[in-house]
Amino acid sequence: MFNRDRWNEIIEALTANWFRTLLTAFGVFWGIFILVILLAAGKGLENGVKKGFGDIATNTMFMWTQVASKPYKGLPKGRRFNFKIRDVAAIREKVPGLLYISPRNQLGGFGGTNNVVRGLNTGAFNIYGDYPEIINQDPITITSGRFINYGDIDENRKVAVIGEGVKKELFKFGEEPIGEYIKIQGVSFMVIGTYVKKSNNGDRERGQKEIFVPFTSFSQAFNRADNVGWMAITAEDNNSITKLKKDIINVVKTNHTIHPEDNRAIGNFDLYEEFSKINGLFIALKGVAYFVGILVLLSGIIGISNIMLIVVKERTKEIGIRRALGASPWSIRGQILLESIFLTIISGMTGIAVSTGVLYLVNKILEGIPESEETMFANPSVDLTVVFVALLILISSGLLAGLIPAQVAIKTKPIDALRAD
Amino acid sequence: MIEIKDLHKSYQMGSNSLHVLKGINFSVKEGELVAIMGSSGSGKSTLLNILGMLDEADSGSYFLDNLPIKNLNEKIAARYRNKFLGFIFQSFNLINYKNALDNVAMPLYYQGIKRKERTDKALHYLEKVGLADWATHLPNELSGGQKQRVAIARALASEPKVLLADEPTGALDTKTSYEVLELIQGINDEGKTILIVTHEEDIAHMTKRIVNLKDGIIINDGTVKQVRANSYV
Ligand SMILES: Nc1ncnc2c1ncn2[C@@H]1O[C@H](COP(=O)(O)OP(=O)(O)O)[C@@H](O)[C@H]1O
Ligand SMILES: [Mg+2]
Repeated sequence: MFNRDRWNEIIEALTANWFRTLLTAFGVFWGIFILVILLAAGKGLENGVKKGFGDIATNTMFMWTQVASKPYKGLPKGRRFNFKIRDVAAIREKVPGLLYISPRNQLGGFGGTNNVVRGLNTGAFNIYGDYPEIINQDPITITSGRFINYGDIDENRKVAVIGEGVKKELFKFGEEPIGEYIKIQGVSFMVIGTYVKKSNNGDRERGQKEIFVPFTSFSQAFNRADNVGWMAITAEDNNSITKLKKDIINVVKTNHTIHPEDNRAIGNFDLYEEFSKINGLFIALKGVAYFVGILVLLSGIIGISNIMLIVVKERTKEIGIRRALGASPWSIRGQILLESIFLTIISGMTGIAVSTGVLYLVNKILEGIPESEETMFANPSVDLTVVFVALLILISSGLLAGLIPAQVAIKTKPIDALRAD
Repeated sequence: MIEIKDLHKSYQMGSNSLHVLKGINFSVKEGELVAIMGSSGSGKSTLLNILGMLDEADSGSYFLDNLPIKNLNEKIAARYRNKFLGFIFQSFNLINYKNALDNVAMPLYYQGIKRKERTDKALHYLEKVGLADWATHLPNELSGGQKQRVAIARALASEPKVLLADEPTGALDTKTSYEVLELIQGINDEGKTILIVTHEEDIAHMTKRIVNLKDGIIINDGTVKQVRANSYV
């Protein structure tokens, strides 16, 4: 089937009418081109949007207290309450499948008053009281020194990990912050590390302007007793936080004597759920890309089939001659099918090559855009699977396109074929 | 070599049926050179096409070299045509985008012969018809006589048992016709069985036997004294 003569025959037949062959090939070229570009654009959008999530562990929820909206067991509604540090142990005990439970406390806010002083420099920053695990949930990259560890927690050390943005405001250029002291609301903390945060949903600036201190020393320094501001809870990989959410909330409801049906007492944000929604959107987008791409491809295939049919009609006499000389029906059929597959694959591969080239250019342009600018579009690309799938689609469509013409070619009796002119 | 008995063939055209062959009986022995004559529309081509397995008879029997030719599927028919028969057509029927050599090599391609051997053989037969120098020329660069010589080389290439020629000189002038006939006579001299359909008396008399067809039956069948084509030149 793959001998040289066969290919010579195919090349000969296809080059006999260059212009027509090119026109025919264009349909399939265009179909694959559109398919690849659409898929890549979808991927680019997906990459762009997912970049907004940064490195954050997506199987994560955040949980905070609000106001009890129902009276329960003699306690009135409208009651305020706080998570306590013992809630963490209770959740860990009663809800299996969780990876990290990080209680957090927070000081200051975006645009708040200056709360940190070093010498003559002051600044307004977010201060977090945290456990060491938080770095796995909302990753940051340590650029010098280290992050908080359990030694700091256990010994209530007044230490701080500051963002590069904080460093820039409080320290002179080139000054080494590690070992230096900063005053957070009047309490001195020693800097033990600096960090940068990758991307963060348009909050790139803010991401670098945070200060992490040990949860325990935070509570002590700022009189939080055993209160917990909010929690970041991450489920193990084979569990979904969305499924475990209800159990977690029930545990704290029991702990704080909240009505089981009080849905407003505890607020939460489920990152996994949001992420799934977005994922669903992109799966749908991919579906649309395939749908449109394949439809365009289909019209290309019909084009090939059509031209092959004309070619077969035109070559009726030649086919008759070949059959008189001893060509078997299968050799005729195979010839037409191979011609059709060959044409489809060549034009399809050209489509893939050209679209990949276009993507390469687009990526080059995107790379030129400075990092700090937020784009909803990043690294549009197709993976090898797509190319492979496209190739399979091409082979089968080539086969499909050639099927009817091949059948027509051998349907005519040799004698009638010879009589044609 | 060829045995046919009571061969019938009619063409169906709408509701009409045209009875073309109405019981043909004849046989051809190995090495014969036979002319099938008759006026236009007498069924000569129809008969030849049936002998060539390009068409099938409605009834009757046909043996080619003692092989029954009946109800062959197209695959086997193709193989038999390739192995046993060589065709020469009035309109040459060369493939116009292939050069002379490749045209001659075509039946060998369908025999599955390797490229090298194919080329050698094809060249040998091109030499035999005196066109070795024209091997790389396309058909439209050849004269009518040259085209028919290429076609004859092609028919010979697969070393068939029988050559079937339907009006091989129909598109050629007299001089060229005689040259082609000279070639055919030479091939026959080497022992090849050849059937020629013609309606030209002079051509028919260059064979060794004339079969006369009229209204679908053989009205005359007899040997003649062969006129050598080169005696005209
Ligand atoms: N495929 C066909 N369909 C219908 N009629 C045909 C067909 N082929 C030949 N005929 C008719 O059969 C008769 C014999 O044709 P043919 O064998 O070609 O004659 P010849 O070769 O002797 O001129 C003619 O009348 C012709 O019109
Ligand atoms: Mg005729």
